Amino acid sequence: MSAPLTSTTLPAAPGVGYKPQHFQSIIADAGAVKWLEIHAENYMGDGGRPLAQLRHLAERFPISVHGVGLSIGGEGPLDPDHLARLRHLMSWLNPASFSEHLAWSTHDSHFYNDLLPLPYTDATLARVCSHITQVQELLGRQMLLENPSSYLAFAESTWEEPAFLQEIARRTGCGLLLDVNNVFVSATNLGLRPQDYIDAYPLDLVGEIHLGGHDEDTDDHGAPLLIDSHGAEVVDPVWALLDYTLARSGPKPALVEWDTDVPDWVLLEAEAARAGRALAQLRKAA
Amino acid sequence: MQRAPDFTRAILDARLPVPEGLLDGQSRPAGRRFNVYRNNVAVSLTEALEQGFPTVTRLLGEENMKGLAGLYLRSHPPRSPLMMHYGADLPTFIEGLDQLSHLGYLADVARLELALRQSYHAADAPPLDPLYLGTLAPEDLMRTRLALAPSALLLRSHWPIWSIWHYHTTPGAPKPEAGGQNVLICRPEFDPAPLLLLPGAATWIAALEAGRTLGEATESAATATADFDLAATLALLIEGQALTVPPR
Repeated sequence: MSAPLTSTTLPAAPGVGYKPQHFQSIIADAGAVKWLEIHAENYMGDGGRPLAQLRHLAERFPISVHGVGLSIGGEGPLDPDHLARLRHLMSWLNPASFSEHLAWSTHDSHFYNDLLPLPYTDATLARVCSHITQVQELLGRQMLLENPSSYLAFAESTWEEPAFLQEIARRTGCGLLLDVNNVFVSATNLGLRPQDYIDAYPLDLVGEIHLGGHDEDTDDHGAPLLIDSHGAEVVDPVWALLDYTLARSGPKPALVEWDTDVPDWVLLEAEAARAGRALAQLRKAA
Repeated sequence: MQRAPDFTRAILDARLPVPEGLLDGQSRPAGRRFNVYRNNVAVSLTEALEQGFPTVTRLLGEENMKGLAGLYLRSHPPRSPLMMHYGADLPTFIEGLDQLSHLGYLADVARLELALRQSYHAADAPPLDPLYLGTLAPEDLMRTRLALAPSALLLRSHWPIWSIWHYHTTPGAPKPEAGGQNVLICRPEFDPAPLLLLPGAATWIAALEAGRTLGEATESAATATADFDLAATLALLIEGQALTVPPR
């Protein structure tokens, strides 16, 4: 690693995924919400309201930039145009954190607008590490990598996901973003205990926690198939998993994501306040 | 082992079998679990098109729009992770579809909605100070060059695209009547709106865009349309913050 890496500086407090319809409410009274996360790709236009709002918010709140289109797990090279756009955004905004996903979304110049899964093999490990190193050197800072929601497994995988993420972090110096809803979704879908996943996860490398809602379906055998939708309230077992995680990790920045069927601000703020209570409880117990 | 080619083909074409070696937690074939990805991709791209083309969606009805989106997303998956640009080829795609040939105006309505979205994300530019033109001597005024703001976009159509758009977005608006309309998308501050242009104005704006002086542009507009009204057109564009001083 040649570039000096600065770590994330988000507060160990609740944040929410920013939605433009909440702009006025946030400016008036953000309540429990102490920081905001934006999707990088929505702020890569040339001007207009999105950038004006972001400039305004960045004066008042720590901002986390969360990429959804870099395709870190892609089989081809990273898109140089997209890297240039990301570097431009990161350089004028200078946010508190940058994160992306252990997933891919681009193949052969086509973007699929979803976080697609990759097998956990030595070959994919090497490729993901080289992409992360490229991004960190370009941005001159550490990035966080998020664990995905899994709906299926690959026959060729030879690594368990927590060990795979830990090895990526060891090789690249990146941090991790732990999405506890994704842990719950993946564990349910693949018949694992979510607490076992947390126990295996390198919590000291976690710079941010995500919470979100999911949908419920079933597979061909009638087994539960949870779908990460970010379109509903966080369910009680995921809140319990947050408590389980925080008891082991200590306080962390905790973000509520709600991206589809976006609720009004009162409901989203209440979800963030609940994350705030989980963090406060932890401090009381300590 | 390359996974992406088979994976992406099977995502876009639900008639293809689920790729091999995808399993559930008990090492059985993943089966319909793969459909989560098919649905995520198709639904998210369809929603992006419906949100980007609300009037086209209203004109077609939701079911037909889903059908159009399904055809489009399979033949034109996004080429960039910037979803704000997705659908740029939809107007041309609509023109090529036999099933939609009876809706001749649809492609131009899609162009209008695409231009509204492009305007929304266009670069900011300082608007022309209305007092600036008044400071110029008459002979200098006609030699002046003005530029369109990046958010100002000109559309010329053989269809009444402004009236169609207006009818479907404004309660109580009159029914569109036959005849072509020219439109300038303007973005005073942050909210783009289409302005219906007076006769000759599109010629005048196109000449300004091509770098002609105010005098040259006015002459070509007056040649094209006897009743071209320079003062009214200028006032409309200044109010819409569509003009800026060109870089020297």
